Amino acid sequence: MSATLAIATFDGFRPGPRLWHMGAMKDEVQNRGLPVLMAAAQAGDRAAYQAVLRACVPVAAAAARRQGHAPDAVDDVVQEVLITVHRALATYDPSRPFGPWLHAIANRRAVDAWRRHGRAGGREVHDPEAYLAHADSGPDADAQTDAGFQSDALRAAVARLPAGQREAIELIGLAEKSLDEAAAVTGRSKGALKVNFHRALKALRTLMVQGGDV
Amino acid sequence: MSDLSEAAQQRLIARLAGELRPVTVLPSPWKRAALWLGAALWFGLFLSIFANFQMLRVRLLSTPDMGIAELGAVLTAMLAAVAAFQTSVPGRSAHWAWLPAPAVLLWLGASTVGCLRLGPIPGTEPESPMHPAVCAWFLLMVSLPMAFLLMLMLLRACPLRPALTASLGGLASAAAAAALLTLIHPFDATAEDLVVHLAAVIAAVLATRVLGARRMGLDPSLRAR
Repeated sequence: MSATLAIATFDGFRPGPRLWHMGAMKDEVQNRGLPVLMAAAQAGDRAAYQAVLRACVPVAAAAARRQGHAPDAVDDVVQEVLITVHRALATYDPSRPFGPWLHAIANRRAVDAWRRHGRAGGREVHDPEAYLAHADSGPDADAQTDAGFQSDALRAAVARLPAGQREAIELIGLAEKSLDEAAAVTGRSKGALKVNFHRALKALRTLMVQGGDV
Repeated sequence: MSDLSEAAQQRLIARLAGELRPVTVLPSPWKRAALWLGAALWFGLFLSIFANFQMLRVRLLSTPDMGIAELGAVLTAMLAAVAAFQTSVPGRSAHWAWLPAPAVLLWLGASTVGCLRLGPIPGTEPESPMHPAVCAWFLLMVSLPMAFLLMLMLLRACPLRPALTASLGGLASAAAAAALLTLIHPFDATAEDLVVHLAAVIAAVLATRVLGARRMGLDPSLRAR
């Protein structure tokens, strides 16, 4: 029997269509057969190992679907099966058929997934309304909006100040520069800046108290 | 299957292939069971230093049921060890778990018959009040190290039914300890003895099952990545 026929018929195991679309991989699997590839993987051949793992995917997915898992749970089962195959690599005897070994792992992990699901179902309650109504521990959305409005109002009030006062408040109040630094930037004396800064504060206080007019 | 999940699978396959190291194929379950039984035999040889074979011979000749119970314990240890190693390999039937059942029945049956006997066995000593507790202590102290060794050997495989495999391992260890106990057990078995022995065996099996099954689960570090 050729290697291709051997792999197509052994234990009823057929790698899925996804595998056959993988050019080089297809040739690899067809030419060598999974028991041979597993033996190569056990010897440390990574390419052979990848071919084996890819061939396990459709088998694992079929086992999960047979157990009635939803599509998203099928992916989880497939991952569990791949990890178990990795752990159990040394337990495979290349002189024995590969199919029963893989099917045992796939079926077991599909059943285990149901058990985990059942345990989670016993501990967790599905209550979407309670979830939506649960108060967020972060900052209050209203407070954030108010802060945004106040910030806009202050910006508008600063824009309405005379040029000298606006310059003083922007440099000393907002940019937090010292009087010396502000004097160096503007070319004004420290005394003039100080006067402009205090007048600006007074004007802003008045404008902010007026509130919505700003 | 979505592209996202397929990409995740490809990443997992690439990672597992990257972690691949050459592995040695495990010897057959029969060979590994024989290895463990060999270790138990060495332990028995060590204990035989303390055994009174003259008294043991008198006891076994005068009470055949004790010999049958000893045979049952030895067979239980052997068959439960084989079953534990068989069920630790993926693809082997869970029906292997029934293998030690006849030996367990023989062991328990013969031990129960011994308890119904009236009058002391020739060559045995009067039992001290502390005797059952000493026996239980011996059974636990001997069976747990042997169970630990068995678990280490089983962990090299990948038991898909960890609780079943660990229970069989616990049964094998407890039966081996009970068989070894006969070597240094200069008393006739009473009903109280049987109950205490049974409780110690069950405790050993349960301890092995709980601890072994937890350890035999999937490696959490691998799962988390």
